Amino acid sequence: MWIESTIALRFLREGRAQTTLILIGIAVGVSVIVFIVALIRGLQGNIVERTLGTQAHIKVEAPDEINRLAPLPAGTTRLVLETRRAQRLRSINNWQQVMAVLDGFPGVRAVSPVISGPAFARRGNAVESVALVGMDPIRYQRIIPLSEDIVAGQLKVGAGDAVIGRLLADDLGLKVGDKFRLAAGLGREAQLNIAGIFELGVRELDQRYVYLDLKQTQSLLDLPGGVTVIDITVEDIFTAQDAARRIAALTGLKAESWLDTNAQLVNALRSQSMSTAMISFFVAVSVAFGIASVLSISVVQRTREIGILRAMGTRQQQMLKVFLVQGAVLGLTGSAIGAFAGYGLVWVFNTFGPKLFYIPVAPTLVPLAMAIATLTGTVAAAVPARRAARLDPVVAIRHV
Amino acid sequence: MSDLAQSGSAEVLRLAGLRKSYNIGLPTELEVLHGLELTLARRDFASLVGPSGSGKSTLLNLLGLLDSPTAGDLYLLGQATRLLDDERRTALRAQAIGFVFQFHHLIPAFTALENVMMPMLVTHGRPSAETITRARGLLEEVGLAGFEGRKPQELSGGQQQRVAIARALITRPALLLADEPTGNLDTKTAAGVFELFRRFNREYGCAVLVVTHDPRLSAVCDRTITLVDGSIVSDELHSRT
Repeated sequence: MWIESTIALRFLREGRAQTTLILIGIAVGVSVIVFIVALIRGLQGNIVERTLGTQAHIKVEAPDEINRLAPLPAGTTRLVLETRRAQRLRSINNWQQVMAVLDGFPGVRAVSPVISGPAFARRGNAVESVALVGMDPIRYQRIIPLSEDIVAGQLKVGAGDAVIGRLLADDLGLKVGDKFRLAAGLGREAQLNIAGIFELGVRELDQRYVYLDLKQTQSLLDLPGGVTVIDITVEDIFTAQDAARRIAALTGLKAESWLDTNAQLVNALRSQSMSTAMISFFVAVSVAFGIASVLSISVVQRTREIGILRAMGTRQQQMLKVFLVQGAVLGLTGSAIGAFAGYGLVWVFNTFGPKLFYIPVAPTLVPLAMAIATLTGTVAAAVPARRAARLDPVVAIRHV
Repeated sequence: MSDLAQSGSAEVLRLAGLRKSYNIGLPTELEVLHGLELTLARRDFASLVGPSGSGKSTLLNLLGLLDSPTAGDLYLLGQATRLLDDERRTALRAQAIGFVFQFHHLIPAFTALENVMMPMLVTHGRPSAETITRARGLLEEVGLAGFEGRKPQELSGGQQQRVAIARALITRPALLLADEPTGNLDTKTAAGVFELFRRFNREYGCAVLVVTHDPRLSAVCDRTITLVDGSIVSDELHSRT
């Protein structure tokens, strides 16, 4: 391989102008691919993180209540006019055992029991409708890292303490240490002290969520000892749907994954990934054609030299390798430059861009792009290399 | 190789009823060489002359194993070559034959020294110390000591042709083929090139066959083979001076 590589490198160095131009072409292509892949991955990661930052991957709830009809005696017909049942707030049966099972479920990272229901928050004459969320802070934090979003006070629930969203606090004119009243209907009321104020960045949540501990929420919602939802996070977020299906089958409860509740988002992410893949693919194809055409021209330009080399004992296989190596070297060098440029673009975006989100570059992206470019270069070189190898030395030597 | 060089009268090349046709099977089929018989021995210093179109180039390509005959056979160092595949022909060519072309044909991307070593490099890879020494020695012998690092385009036509001759000899070939080696050189330089051929023929005992138009040069050779219309019409030995 030594002499093949040496000849290949000398050929590339000698045709400096051509080599430089195609290297620029490859570099531009690779930098576009690296940048767009990093950008889209960053964007998607950011969207997913924001979406899942405020919700569990899987929510397990009690199954809906339905009307049951008595079995029909044989040979009779029945007309049914059904009024569907209102779904009252109710607890998951045996949730302690269910939770124990889910804790050991493969792929599950965290499980948190939650009791949630509607109420009114009142201060003076101002009334706001809110969603009570009773939880165990230690378990709940593993699902949604709420303490990171606390903007005032601290995350402390229980013993008359509550944590509310910033918008709700603004609406009711509350600050940490103030008191307000919660009414959950039928005279179940409580006075609470504001221990902390959070801001999740989602309007709906910041305006409506009131975090309490499990026990106080249970008594407010009149579900002693019960929980209405079990929140779950899984190791791999894209397997959530599958995990939800298995949990539902195992427990007989209703399990919904974030992929189901955010179907539109998932669809958008998929389309985005597909268009990125297509752009990358077509850029790679045009880079490959560029390499192939430059090497084809080189074969024509060097026909006589190829003839001489063959006359001096260079085998066809060796001639083939000379041009394959050129393709590989072009791919490798061009993509190295391109990867740097792509990194540069990402850096510029992160430093001077709109700063809506940060683009991380996966450490595997650059070596992967370089490996693919090298392979592409070699494959693109195959056609011209074959032509070079098959040149008839007699004809080639006389070529002018 | 050196064993062969010792045995002066050994046969290097033999043509047995060698024929070459083009466009076989087509209405335009044309036989260019009509059953040539020829033997070249170790010490031979021969010229091949003939008018253009007589088949000199075709014959030279066949002798150099760049092309294969239609019928008959060509024995190089006793080995029949017509049915060899490209791989084996290339290997035999690399081992046994040195080429000098009309237009020197050096590889521009390599220095004079690397060009001289090229036949060794493509067959053996990285040059050994011995190869480098031999290449330097050959460059010195063709009068180009000190030009090792020059690229071909930094050399004159005569110098380039001398590099090409050194290159043809690096493998110590049994047969040196030269196609109009002085075609684009002035008379003085041309005489110098022929002097080199003569010397290598004597010192290394390699058979030399030179295709030339120049009657003065062919007169310098020991033997003149005349090809007309694809047949050898005369093959005469000159008395050595």
